[in-house]
Amino acid sequence: MKPFYKKFSEKFIEGLLMLSGTVTSLAVVLIVFFLFKEGVSVFNQEAVEEGYVVAVNKKNSADHISSEDLKNIYDQKITHWTPINGKPDSIVLFRLEDISNFYSDEQIGENFEGLPTCLSSVVDSLPDIIAFFPERYLAKNFKGKVLQVDKIKMSEFFGGKEWFPTAQPSAQLGVMPLILGTLWVSLGAILLALPLGLAAAVYMSEIANEKVRRVMKPLIELLAGIPSVVYGFFGLVIIVPLIQKTFQLPVGETGLAGSIILGIMALPTIITISEDAMRNTPRAMKEASLALGASKWQTIYKVVVPYSISGITAGAILGIGRAIGETMAVLMVTGNAAVIPHSILQPVRTIPATIAAELGEAPAGGLHYKALFALGCILFLITLFINLTVEFITGRNKHQKH
Amino acid sequence: MQLPDEHKLASSKKRKQAIAFWIFRIFSYAIIAILFSILSFITYKGFSAISWGFITQMPEEGMTKGGIFPAIIGTLYLVCGSMLFAFPIGVLAAIYMNEYVKDGIIKKIIKQMTNNLAGIPSIVFGLFGMSLFVNKLGFGDSIIAGSLTLGLLALPVVIRTTEEALKAVDDTFRQASLGLGASKWQTTSKVVIPIAFPNIITGLILSIGRVSGETAPILFTVAAYFLPKLPTSIFDQVMALPYHLYVISTSGTNIEESRPVAYGTALVLILIVLFANLLANALRKYFGKKVKMN
Amino acid sequence: MNKIESRNVDFFYGSSQALKNINIAIKPNTVTALIGPSGCGKSTYLRLFNRMNDLIDNTRISGTVMIDDQDIYAKGVNVDSLRKKVGMVFQKPNPFPKTIFENVAYGLRVNGITDKKFITERVETSIKQVALWDEVKDKLKKSAFELSGGQQQRLCIARALAIQPSIILMDEPTSALDPISTAKIEALIYELKKEYTIVIVTHNMQQAGRVSDTTAFFYMGELIEYDNTKTLFTNPKIERTQNYITGRFG
Repeated sequence: MKPFYKKFSEKFIEGLLMLSGTVTSLAVVLIVFFLFKEGVSVFNQEAVEEGYVVAVNKKNSADHISSEDLKNIYDQKITHWTPINGKPDSIVLFRLEDISNFYSDEQIGENFEGLPTCLSSVVDSLPDIIAFFPERYLAKNFKGKVLQVDKIKMSEFFGGKEWFPTAQPSAQLGVMPLILGTLWVSLGAILLALPLGLAAAVYMSEIANEKVRRVMKPLIELLAGIPSVVYGFFGLVIIVPLIQKTFQLPVGETGLAGSIILGIMALPTIITISEDAMRNTPRAMKEASLALGASKWQTIYKVVVPYSISGITAGAILGIGRAIGETMAVLMVTGNAAVIPHSILQPVRTIPATIAAELGEAPAGGLHYKALFALGCILFLITLFINLTVEFITGRNKHQKH
Repeated sequence: MQLPDEHKLASSKKRKQAIAFWIFRIFSYAIIAILFSILSFITYKGFSAISWGFITQMPEEGMTKGGIFPAIIGTLYLVCGSMLFAFPIGVLAAIYMNEYVKDGIIKKIIKQMTNNLAGIPSIVFGLFGMSLFVNKLGFGDSIIAGSLTLGLLALPVVIRTTEEALKAVDDTFRQASLGLGASKWQTTSKVVIPIAFPNIITGLILSIGRVSGETAPILFTVAAYFLPKLPTSIFDQVMALPYHLYVISTSGTNIEESRPVAYGTALVLILIVLFANLLANALRKYFGKKVKMN
Repeated sequence: MNKIESRNVDFFYGSSQALKNINIAIKPNTVTALIGPSGCGKSTYLRLFNRMNDLIDNTRISGTVMIDDQDIYAKGVNVDSLRKKVGMVFQKPNPFPKTIFENVAYGLRVNGITDKKFITERVETSIKQVALWDEVKDKLKKSAFELSGGQQQRLCIARALAIQPSIILMDEPTSALDPISTAKIEALIYELKKEYTIVIVTHNMQQAGRVSDTTAFFYMGELIEYDNTKTLFTNPKIERTQNYITGRFG
């Protein structure tokens, strides 16, 4: 009985351990599933706010319209029907509030009970009208024609230059400014952090004595441990006003402020990983260089750095990765303007900051909500790509040296 | 071929080295200076805001006065909740990885997946937590949704530190125990884990430090803007320190007037991280010696 | 005239004394073997001649070490120039992560030589000196890691020769090699003796007997006996030497 019990409990425990071992894999799979399920469905959506319709006169030959054209019509950048149905007539714009130009309050009714009929006759009477109104005011025997708004296209999503998800009548979901903003800020961060970080890594691993190293190492760890919201706060009260004053700007919340804060935040990653790599340089290799009359500095840049170059690259790439994924600090200091940046002294908006700023106001399941999940997918793919690249670099190197 | 003059060459090499080393030294000290300027600035500004009342009272007057008690309690709940989830699973997973599974495809997959999970940005955890725990499972914005989200984020950290702790245990201990007829689990639980325990705890403390400062994952899963009462169940919303700092420094009712509270909150957050780091280092040192002595 | 001479040399790692009062004089164009059990100080002693121990924190030397009648530990001595004169070959082959050519050219480049033709010639001569030319002449641009262990070690010797030192220090140069590669290196040492003064640390007493002219036996940081190799191996004056070379301890 006893041996059986023992054997059984051994097996049971092993099963339990295995189950725990699979939790991370399960989590990754679930994250991918939920992220992409919501994110990809953005492409199955019409780019018009849910519950609204776009209607035209029934003689109008158009039966669908792209969200870009719709926006341009309402922005009055397109004033003629030519690009939509080929007829050179000028477009008559109609918004719900315009109904009072056609009908009196009594006709519309106190509770808008007359509104559907009024809308129907307005659309019917004007051959060049385009109307945008809530679906619930669509009369049962509507005399116009409801236009199909095109689904969001990949090219619009990835190539679009405008991110304005709450725009009416049609949401603008171009992620270009967000992607560029993210890369822009992260690139700036790494340009600031790389020289500092590498210098510190070289100093700690090759120049400083053991005592100095023992003091610096935990300080760098502490730098890594400070919460990002504290960095953001520090940036907000110190860096942002400083930039505003130095460059005489209307606002100090700029891409530069984001880059500086992200640069500081990326430092520990760069330092720790590249220092590790440099310390792994075999002692004998350094001694061989010194024994040939090379100075310590020559040894560092001719032997230590080339030997540990893959580790240094890995550190730099992971630093970029950390900067790209960082949310709170960026959200607090970059000003969050969703425009393609032309200078580091302009406000920019990154992908993570967009998600953090907008998800709270996007109704679950709506177009905006799904678009934010699509942003999450993009972010996930970028960071996954970065991590795989790092693994490839370090893995290939291990293989080479053995 | 003119060979370089010995003395000129030597002094040029020396000069270049001196310049390079000075640059490295200055850059390194600059980094330390940045760290200290952040720490001392927040300590200096936050110190006057912190008092007994500050950490035990409710926020008042649009969060410009009063304390941050509910945020502290909220963070405490979230840290405990996430660790209740991540610590046991993480430790068990690490044991499985290090003691049980043999090198091969399964180990490779688990390792890869753990790495991938560790690389996911925290805001993506927030998205995931919102769509699974808050919406799909219907927990709503709640302690449990936030804790699970934070727990997932902390899981790779716990696994990594535990794995390192287990790896540091000398193989001879395992062989000795197995040689005496102990089973695998007996060896693991009675020999390996006790030896690795201090380092496992160090990992736990470090992940607590990490979790208590995370904001992005709790934005949409638990954090409340202003909620001057304590939670009564795990399905309640709570305030949390990092989110509180974000809110009062960017979108409070009166940003200028709530600055002292913001400094105080930032200082509390830094103190938590500082304390966790110091404790972890002290433990490492203290137990590091003890393990060797025994 | 002695090539190398050490007088009353003491050496300390922190507070523990690693070498006690070592006096040795080495003639030019000879091979001197340093033997003794592990930890006896023979490697530490070897590394004094190119001041390699300077790299270790908390070390201290007293007494004098003379090379070409100059105190190499005197103030104002340029260590880089000293190391140019005193080449070194290490226990394990340790080529740099560079091409075969660049490995040998390294010492020239760090010492300020830029003339391409000169470098090319010197690299070729050095590789020929270690009898590696035929094996690598077609792959000079390939990574040095592609060579076998024995080839790598010969490349490391060529690397040391390229800057034309007058002394070569060898720290157990064959301990990581197979017998055939070892034989090649030993033959090489015999050749190199014509132009260089060689000091070699070895664990292998047969090797000391085969390649060296004089042998020094170290034990616990002291120089026990220093004599002509033949004499030391056939007729040691001190019992402890006798015990060691006959394999009774060590």
